Amino acid sequence: MRFTHPGYKIASLVAALFVVAACSSTPEATTGGASTSTGASYAPGSQEDLAANAGDSVFFDFDQYNLKPEGQATLQAQAAWLAKYPAVTLTIEGHADERGTREYNLALGERRANSARAYLISLGVDANRLQVISYGKDRPFAVGSDETSWAQNRRGFSRVN
Amino acid sequence: MTRYFLRVSREGRRAARVLALGLALSLGGVLALTGPVLAQNALVIPDGSRQAIPIAIPNFAGGDLGRQIAEVISADLERSGLFKPIPAGTFPQSPDQLQAQPAFPSWRGAGADALVAGKVVPQGGKTAFEFRLWELNSEQQMTGTAFTADTANWRRVAHIIADTIYSKMTGDDGYFDTRIVYVSESGPKNRRVKRLAIMDQDGANHRFLTSGKDLVLTPRFSPRDQTITYMSYFNDKPRVYLFNIDTGQQEVLGDFPGMTFAPRFSPDGNRVVMSMARDGNTDIYAIDLRTRKFNRLTSGPAIDTSPSFSPDGSQIVYNSDQGGSQQLYIMSAGGGGGKRISFGDGRYATPVWSPRGDYIAFTKMKGGRFSIGVMKPDGSGERILTESFLDEAPTWAPNGRVIAFFRQSPGASGSVKLYSVDVTGFNERLMPTPLDGSDPAWSPLNP
Repeated sequence: MRFTHPGYKIASLVAALFVVAACSSTPEATTGGASTSTGASYAPGSQEDLAANAGDSVFFDFDQYNLKPEGQATLQAQAAWLAKYPAVTLTIEGHADERGTREYNLALGERRANSARAYLISLGVDANRLQVISYGKDRPFAVGSDETSWAQNRRGFSRVN
Repeated sequence: MTRYFLRVSREGRRAARVLALGLALSLGGVLALTGPVLAQNALVIPDGSRQAIPIAIPNFAGGDLGRQIAEVISADLERSGLFKPIPAGTFPQSPDQLQAQPAFPSWRGAGADALVAGKVVPQGGKTAFEFRLWELNSEQQMTGTAFTADTANWRRVAHIIADTIYSKMTGDDGYFDTRIVYVSESGPKNRRVKRLAIMDQDGANHRFLTSGKDLVLTPRFSPRDQTITYMSYFNDKPRVYLFNIDTGQQEVLGDFPGMTFAPRFSPDGNRVVMSMARDGNTDIYAIDLRTRKFNRLTSGPAIDTSPSFSPDGSQIVYNSDQGGSQQLYIMSAGGGGGKRISFGDGRYATPVWSPRGDYIAFTKMKGGRFSIGVMKPDGSGERILTESFLDEAPTWAPNGRVIAFFRQSPGASGSVKLYSVDVTGFNERLMPTPLDGSDPAWSPLNP
C-alpha cells in the first residue's frame, strides 16, 4: 500500500548506531555532523533524523490515550527537533492494537494522535504544522498476536511530511 | 391465519421483484396456487429446533440448465440449516416421469417430507421456468410458479425459487436472492491490501469494486437502491463515501473537517448516520442525502460510534464509552438522551438492529475473546452465538434470521474469513471468498 512505515526498522538501526557513536564521540553532534560521524545516511529534517534524534513514536496502554512519562519525554524531544527544522510539518498517525473493534479503534487512534498533537502544541509547536490521521487497527507495526506486538501497535507515530 | 396473510403479501412482493428484474410472468403466473395447506403447520420449524426438513430436489426437467437450477436451490436450502436435501440416489422417479405425475408414496418412502418438481423450456432467446412444491403427506401442492426470464438470469431464478420454498415451509421470509458486499483482503498484515468486493450470498458472481490502491473499510448497502456507503482513505483523508454499484460512480459524503467513518443508511435510504472524529472527540452525525444537511446527534467527550437505525427509523443504537468502557446505548433518531442497554460482563460494540426489529446483534469482548451475540432492544435476553480469538461486525440477512460476520485467527499469518450463523447460534458456516474477507454487509432482497 501507499504507506508502509519505512522509517521503523531503519530508525531502530540508526538509533542504535547513534547511541554507540554518541558514547564514543561527541554527545552534542551538530546536524551536519550527526550523519557523517555515525555513518548514517539520512538528511537533516528527515524521518530518519527524527527517529534517531527525537524518537518517532509514543506508546499507550490498552484502551488508553493519556501520555505516559516516556511519551512526554519523546514529544519534548520532538518539539525541540521541530524547532530546529521550522519548515518541517508532521502527520501524527494514531494506531491501536487488534484487540478492539474496527470502528471504535479508529476513534481511539484519533484520540491518541490528538493527545500527542495537543502536547506538542502545549510545548509551543505551531498547530498548523501538525496534522493527524487515525488508522485504528488497520496498519499494525508488529504483526504478532501477543502482548509485545500489541504494545508496539498502541502508538502515536510522527510522520515527516 | 396471520402467517397465511404474511405469505400472501410475500407472494405479491415476489411478483413485483420478478417484474422489476425484467422477467415476464407467464400467463397464469402462479400455477394453481391452492389455499392454505392444513398440514403445513407441522412443517414450521420453531426457533432453535435442529429438525431439518427432509426435502427432495430432483433435477428440473430440461437438461443441464435443469440440473444447475436444482443444484443452486438445493445448496441454498441446505446452507440454511433448516432443510436436508435427500440424496439423489434415492429418487424413485426421473425428472420427466415426475412432470407427468409425482409418485407420492415412493417419494415418501425415500424419506422426503416435501418434493420440488420443475422444468425449464427454451422460449426464443429466453427460458420458461416452472416449479411446484408438493407436501408429500397430504399430496397437496403448496405453491407453484411459472415465469419467463433471460436464460442468463437463471441463478437469480433459482434463488427466488429457493426463497419461495423457504418461505412456504418455515413461515419466515427467504434471503437467498441477496448479495454480500465486503472488504477483500490480501497481503501481509502490516501492508494489507483491501478492496471492496461484491458477490451473491452463495459466493457466485464475485467481483471487485475498487482497485486496492486506497484502504477501504466498512461497506454497507442502501436499503433502497444500488448504492453502498463505505469509508476510504483516498488522498490520505479518511472519509465516508457513496458508491453506485451500477455506474461505479463515487462521491465523498459531506464536507466534514475531521475523519468520518462508521456509516450506515436509515431504513428509508434517505439518510446516512456516521461518526466524525475531530480533536480527539468522536460524535455521531446524520446527513440527509436529499439536502446534504447534517445534524449532530451526540455530544460530549466520549467516543460515540457504530450507529444503526431501528427498522422503523425512530431510534438509533450505538456504541459509546461514556460510562468508561464500550457499551451499547439507544437514543431517538433525532439525537440526545442515550440510554444504556448492555449490562453484561465485558465490552460491547458494533450494534446492528435486526431488520425484523426483535434483536440487536453485537460484538462482545470478554476475557480476551470476541463473540457475536444478540439481545433484545431493551437489553434483555442476551444470547452469545459465536466465540473465537476475534469475531466481529455482525450483519443481518434481510429476514432477520441469519447473521454474517468475520473471524480473524491470531498471528502474523492469521486468516480473516466471512462466516454466517443462525440467530439461534446453530449452523455456523464459512462463506467462501476468493481471498480473505472482512466487514461483510448483507444486502436487502435484490430489487
